[in-house]
Amino acid sequence: MTPMVDLFSVVLTFLMLTTTMRQPEPAPIDTPFSVSDKTAPDANIMTLLLSEDNRVFYNIDNGSDTSFHFKGKILTEMGTRYNITFTPEEVKQFEAYPSSFGMPIQNMKSFLNTKDAKEREALQVKGIPIDSTDNQLALWVLVTRLVNPKVQACIKGDNDAPYPLVKKVLDIMQDKKVNRFNLITNLEATKVMLTEE
Amino acid sequence: MGEIIQEEKQKGGKRRPKKHSTHIDMTPMVDLMCLLITFFMLTTAFSKSKVMEIILPEKIDDPNIERPVIQDSRTINVILGPENKIFWYPGRVKDSNNPPALKETDYSAEGIRVLLLERNKLLSKKVISFKEQMVKENPTMSRDSLLANIKRFKKADDSGPIVLIKAYKESRYANIVDIIDEMDICSVVRYAIVDINYVEEKMVQTAMAGSTTTPK
Repeated sequence: MTPMVDLFSVVLTFLMLTTTMRQPEPAPIDTPFSVSDKTAPDANIMTLLLSEDNRVFYNIDNGSDTSFHFKGKILTEMGTRYNITFTPEEVKQFEAYPSSFGMPIQNMKSFLNTKDAKEREALQVKGIPIDSTDNQLALWVLVTRLVNPKVQACIKGDNDAPYPLVKKVLDIMQDKKVNRFNLITNLEATKVMLTEE
Repeated sequence: MGEIIQEEKQKGGKRRPKKHSTHIDMTPMVDLMCLLITFFMLTTAFSKSKVMEIILPEKIDDPNIERPVIQDSRTINVILGPENKIFWYPGRVKDSNNPPALKETDYSAEGIRVLLLERNKLLSKKVISFKEQMVKENPTMSRDSLLANIKRFKKADDSGPIVLIKAYKESRYANIVDIIDEMDICSVVRYAIVDINYVEEKMVQTAMAGSTTTPK
């Protein structure tokens, strides 16, 4: 018995130390497969989630915040552009929020002040506005890059996300001079066959 | 407990110090640990998600900058159609009233991949044989230098196809990823995601209408 318990303790400690919890996404995202085996970067990334129902979500550094407090700075900067002042508590809430978000910035305050998952979901039915009249996604990207110039763009799209949405998002990014993208995919093993004549 | 002590008293007058067992019952702890391990195993994101890097050409807003000219003979237009279909035609549309016929294929290994490998035979053979040779002769070679070598091959290549990827409005995100993936598999160097034009949209529509009426 004792050796087993010893082993269990070791395994348990290992798992507890290495684990990075999977964060639930606000919309179900089923990523496509590819043969690329490059791993996704951990920090200095901004992730755009494209859902099947035409919504766009945004995430900075996979939700985790470093000692640089980029997320807080980004939120405050966004606030000043829309004349919204966020209290220190709200900024803290935003920094601690582990997942992607997708709501107009006007809803951000009530989003941060509620704890109820259902209410939060109700605030996110529209995703981040990307129309040319109120292109908040472009501003998020711009502000993120101003605060953290090293940031890389990742795109996590659902298999069934319609192409026009993808095109629009890519255009927005390119307008902001982001030309390098990381498309998040699942690994799939494929063998290439060369036919001989 | 009380009963046991009573029994002891009844048994005899001698008082013995109670013997405590040095073994602790560990079963509950083991149970708990099993549960925790299972929990952690299931929630850990062990396999970190993979990324596929694409670099899109910069948008040229300045009309004075000359656009690169591409040879028709090397061009393949790949149109990502609805229902996971791919349409393709070589060269370009010379006469919009009489557009070339679209050929239909799919994302499977026998579909677009055969076409691309055929067109890109020289380079893909080179890359694959180089990889095999390295596995045999120099298995300790670092991944970076392997990739750098392959990159050199790709740069030197000037006969491979130029693939123009055009997505029809009804295509999905998975289609884009699949086709870029195929480019990677077939080591196609030159490809670009381009906007579909009006003539090509028309061509897809007629092709789709044709494919629904004629049974496979």
